[in-house]
Amino acid sequence: MKTALTATAKSPSFLTTNAVFIGRSLRHSLRNVESLMMAIMLPILLMLLFTYVFGGALDPTGNYVNYVVPGIILLCAGFGSSSTAVDVATDMTNGIIDRFRTMPIRAMSVITGHVVASLVRNVLATCIVISVALLVGFESSASFGGWLAALGVVVLFILTFTWLFASIGLVTGSPAAASGYGFILLFLPYLSSAFVPTNTMPSWMQGFANHQPITPVIETMRALLSGTPVGDSGWQALLWCCGILLLSLLWSAAAFRRKAGRR
Amino acid sequence: MTAFAIEVSGLHKSFGKTAVLKGLDLSVPAGAIFALLGPNGAGKTTLIHILSTLVAPDEGAARIAGHDVVRARNEVKRSISLTGQFAAVDEMLTGEENLRMMCRLSGLSGAESRVRSAELLRQFELEAAAGKRARTYSGGMRRRLDLAISLIASRPVLFLDEPTTGLDTISRRALWDMILRLKEHGITVFLTTQYLEEADELADRIAVINGGRIVAEGTAEELKARVGGEVIEFRDAADELLASIPTSGSAADVRKTLNEMAGLFPEGTRIGIRKPSMDDVFVALTGNYTNSADKKEAAIS
Repeated sequence: MKTALTATAKSPSFLTTNAVFIGRSLRHSLRNVESLMMAIMLPILLMLLFTYVFGGALDPTGNYVNYVVPGIILLCAGFGSSSTAVDVATDMTNGIIDRFRTMPIRAMSVITGHVVASLVRNVLATCIVISVALLVGFESSASFGGWLAALGVVVLFILTFTWLFASIGLVTGSPAAASGYGFILLFLPYLSSAFVPTNTMPSWMQGFANHQPITPVIETMRALLSGTPVGDSGWQALLWCCGILLLSLLWSAAAFRRKAGRR
Repeated sequence: MTAFAIEVSGLHKSFGKTAVLKGLDLSVPAGAIFALLGPNGAGKTTLIHILSTLVAPDEGAARIAGHDVVRARNEVKRSISLTGQFAAVDEMLTGEENLRMMCRLSGLSGAESRVRSAELLRQFELEAAAGKRARTYSGGMRRRLDLAISLIASRPVLFLDEPTTGLDTISRRALWDMILRLKEHGITVFLTTQYLEEADELADRIAVINGGRIVAEGTAEELKARVGGEVIEFRDAADELLASIPTSGSAADVRKTLNEMAGLFPEGTRIGIRKPSMDDVFVALTGNYTNSADKKEAAIS
């Protein structure tokens, strides 16, 4: 009998580790049929609801669809990102995370995998929203550059909120709790200029609605898609997104480390 | 190079006010199958978490293959493989995908991963289920997949935390055979268990843990000798246990015990003879009873 005491295995590169975890999360996305259906159906239903049910009352000229499209894009992106909280929480409560942590790899890449998969899922969902919007009469006078800039804003928004939801998934104890906390954040778009201009709200609510992250992002998208000047909302949107993204990155890294030493 | 795969000295760990490990010392020779035997809450899982770098100890030191678990975490990670208490498989992936993913994370190329996965699927009799998602696997199949994953990178030290808890007898036997075969590879296996029989079947050496300390260590024979050979149980007509008394197992000792007990129990008392259980080991080694039912038993006998 030969007794081995020296380790022979090599560690995978940083790129391989990330590629493996991204592949894993993409497979999960494709196999989670219920949430995939939800991600595709929700944008379509919301678009039809706001255009044909509420639209007539909100704007009798039939122009509401042009107002509401940026709002629905962000609502769907936010909803799509929120499932990251549940995915991350599920991984953290399952024994598999202990195995990753005891391997000579950067275990935090598990989270990177979930984030990239969310980005891919939600960019696809955004494309569906825009296609449906064009079918129900959305008209854009934006240039190609304007469309590209709008897409850039959406991608940054998805990335920001996905990392935020990933942090929520890391700090909550269970997938159910993660889903609950994530749900609260999904109310933010309703308290913004997504569906109605903020000056139609009571003045105490305007204070909140005008100074929360969703409103400048919505206004930026609206200006880019209608080909009007972006103004102050452009840098406000960038500042909000980059700020939240940075805090979420720090928060998730700290939460991941703390979880490791607690049990 | 040290001859011990695992060396632990003076290990302390508390969670809040609860002290889980209270000065634990242990050495595991390289190439051995070593069983840590103890009841729930004795500190088994905490010790495995410290040895596998998941948790830092409050005091004391532990070395795996000569590497300190706190100061040389990366070297330790390169020397170990952990199979946790709950089968750590990805339920959304198939058995084969699980293995291929872990192969890639262990530094194998795509082509090497395919070959190694096929090898392990065959070795652990999972070929038929290779294309099925792990969530459809039975408890025994998940454990086998878990163990197969642990063997990908041929690490010198393997931790198995209660590998057969929750398995039926047949799956348990199958898993035992697979664990015993690991000896051929020269791997040091450190496993925890609540079952004396499991430790007896698998381990070269057994340590008994209770209340955060090692209370006894030795081969299965040495430990059993301290417990006695056979236990006589006295039951009344309603099958209620009246007493259980350890004997050496010799006919003379059994006869002597029965004679001593004659007249102490009511008419209709029946006897039974059984092998020592985990609880008997505990009574003999620590004087403690592991649960309240046994305390009643102790009060009578």
